Amino acid sequence: MSETIKLRKGLNIKLKGGANTELEKLPFPSTVALKPTDFPGLTPKLKVKVDGLVKAGDALFYDKYHPEILFTAPVGGKVISVNRGERRKILEIVIETDEKAGSVEFKKADPNTLSGDEIKELLLSGGLWPFIKKRPYGVIASPVENPISIYISTFDTAPLAPDYGFILKDQLSTFQTGINALSKLTSGEVNLGVNSNSVFNSIKNVRINTFDGPHPAGNVGIQIHNTRPINKGDVIWTINVQDVLFIGRYFETGKVDFSRTIALTGSEVEKPKYYQTILGAPVSLITEKKLLNVEYKQRIISGNVLTGTRVKPQMYLGFYDSQVTVIPEGDEYEFLGWADMGANKFSATKTFLSSLFPKKDYIMNANMHGGDRAFVLSGQYEKLVPMDLLPVHLLKAILVNDIDKMEQLGIYEVIEEDLALCEYACTSKIKVQDILRTGINTMIKELG
Amino acid sequence: MKFIKNFFERTEPLVQKGAKYHWLQSVHDGFFTFLYVPKTTSKTGTHIHDHIDLKRTMSVVVIALIPALLFGMYNVGLQHFKAIGEAASTGFLQMFFFGLIKVLPIVIVSYVVGLGIEFVFAQIRGHEINEGFLVSGMLIPLVMPVETPLWMIAVATAFAVIIGKEVFGGTGMNIWNPALVARAFLFFAYPAQMSGIRVWVALSDADKVVDSFTGATPMADAAAGHISYSAADAFFGFIPGSIGETSTLAILLGAVLLIITGIGSWRIMLSTIAGGAVMGLILNAFAGSAALSPENTVYFGIPFWHHLILGGFMFGAIFMATDPVSAAQTVKGKWIYGFLIGVIAILIRVINPAYPEGMMLSILLMNTFAPLIDHYVVQGHIKRRLKRAKISA
Repeated sequence: MSETIKLRKGLNIKLKGGANTELEKLPFPSTVALKPTDFPGLTPKLKVKVDGLVKAGDALFYDKYHPEILFTAPVGGKVISVNRGERRKILEIVIETDEKAGSVEFKKADPNTLSGDEIKELLLSGGLWPFIKKRPYGVIASPVENPISIYISTFDTAPLAPDYGFILKDQLSTFQTGINALSKLTSGEVNLGVNSNSVFNSIKNVRINTFDGPHPAGNVGIQIHNTRPINKGDVIWTINVQDVLFIGRYFETGKVDFSRTIALTGSEVEKPKYYQTILGAPVSLITEKKLLNVEYKQRIISGNVLTGTRVKPQMYLGFYDSQVTVIPEGDEYEFLGWADMGANKFSATKTFLSSLFPKKDYIMNANMHGGDRAFVLSGQYEKLVPMDLLPVHLLKAILVNDIDKMEQLGIYEVIEEDLALCEYACTSKIKVQDILRTGINTMIKELG
Repeated sequence: MKFIKNFFERTEPLVQKGAKYHWLQSVHDGFFTFLYVPKTTSKTGTHIHDHIDLKRTMSVVVIALIPALLFGMYNVGLQHFKAIGEAASTGFLQMFFFGLIKVLPIVIVSYVVGLGIEFVFAQIRGHEINEGFLVSGMLIPLVMPVETPLWMIAVATAFAVIIGKEVFGGTGMNIWNPALVARAFLFFAYPAQMSGIRVWVALSDADKVVDSFTGATPMADAAAGHISYSAADAFFGFIPGSIGETSTLAILLGAVLLIITGIGSWRIMLSTIAGGAVMGLILNAFAGSAALSPENTVYFGIPFWHHLILGGFMFGAIFMATDPVSAAQTVKGKWIYGFLIGVIAILIRVINPAYPEGMMLSILLMNTFAPLIDHYVVQGHIKRRLKRAKISA
């Protein structure tokens, strides 16, 4: 049992609408979709045409610059549309599902008996490779690179995030199979980030690091920094904890099984709880008739309120998302809102009454609560990032396109989710995550 | 209330680019966003945003300045009635109203001129009017002697907003504290009207002063070698000086609010006070030197903590040095920045015969060096990261 690493900086945003620990199985979706837009930096090339029939595990598209990385159908059926946006950018590939279509048969084997290369091969052809991301940059891992270690965070501290202990507690042996497969992909260790009293403490073949602290302690990037920080040239692979199950199932059954448990959360949900469905399911399957019936607009987010994507009911869940959050849109004027005493207004600052009389949880809407300004206050961001990093100076280096400075100030160590709290708390409403992604794209372009 | 919102919403298309009243757009937007938080929702990035915005931040600072403002008004009245020998017979309220009538015009001129110029620049630049002047507009009157002519306040404010802020790009981009730029401008442009014995106490030509009245501030007296104040008077503020700077107690009340809300940097406040105290101690150590003139011996020798309650030191430490834009922005940098402000302020005050008050110049000087301090802090940070990378490689 390793020591607990205590992280002091950060902030827990207690929102109303946490999911009750009940699980309900949703009916089989009539359509599913994969969205190439879920993968930053990807240029997709289609492998199917409209009206083509696919089985679960058949490739839908692949990465133009790494053709061995396939993106496969989560469920079998018929491809009914390829929706495009501006400049023919592929937005969605929609499949009309057929429960009887079945899955492609892959090789069933115990990962402990396979070599790293064989495991890589199998993951690539089954479409499981995209679940593996890399640091730096947070893009899909490149199969030709050798990571110095793999990091998995087993707990999510983002607002209203699902409890993965609850989701995975009965599937730990499949999880272990997935871990065994992953451990062959690196010469280093698989690092499991856990919180106190975690069910994951029993997992073998891993190095367990225990973390304690407010959000973003559950972020993989923060855990990496506080154990073995990334330097220039290092490559570390990361994967979401629930996606390890897909790998485990894949090796145990030889089939592709992307059933996933999603938490439906947020103040606008009547009964927030967990639902079992499939990756790529339609948003409406999860939210229909489950939201409060109100007069104002609601915002549905695939993911959490800090890093998720805004979706409409006719769209589909994000590839990496295990939660759907629904909050009020808040597109209304508020008379002298900035002068309010604010007993009901949560803030990272102590300028509202809510810091004197904290409530159990708060409702937050999507209103900006202020106009865009230049950087004015200092010291706000540093309190929210438990890393040895100067976030404002990094952002300014990105804004002036100073690549040397970006490197020196740690652009290899952070992705959007690590600085999302800064964007939440910023008095000047600076678009931190956008700026960071621009910086990361610049680094990828300039340095590869 | 709804009719106000409807009015602004209805007139919004009239002020857009190309429309009839486009020249009023910044005025329209300024008042609209002042009365109503806009209904804009987040488009990219985080979906939720903190309720804090710059308006609220600036409002907290303005509230923190109110004790100093109110006491300053009372003190203007007190000093006036003391000078004409009627202090004993004048009531508290009468003194307060006298001061109110003297100070309010200065505040009004400062805000009208400053905000007017800000609206023009916002219009020219095509962005929302920024809230920075909400605080500067209150700071400017508080650092001025009460007898400063209103036209000088207007010119100084204009200079501060245009040359001290807008030329650099507006709120968030300025190097120097705009309120101090206003003060420094008057100090150097109209030195006769900004110092001496006629400016600190509100007296018209008709007033007949008592024989013991000098009109000098305690600091000027101390520099001349004679102690004319008591520490208690200096702490509570019953002494002549700039409108807002005299009462250390009122300033500290504001400091408490700034620290509790986290709006003002306690690090800068603490390190500035520490720097001033250290310099005071150093001067104390040299007070016995035979090379000093008799006046200097007295001045060097005043207890080191008196420097904190005399002159504009505390006001500068709490409200001026802490201006986030012009101060150092790294945590380590703030300690160094504040400490140097304190040291240099007392140094200039006591050792330099030309300047009775060193705080304004010290802060402006350190504003200039704040980016340099931050630069070295960042360099140190980078070196540490590189060293850590080499060790684990």
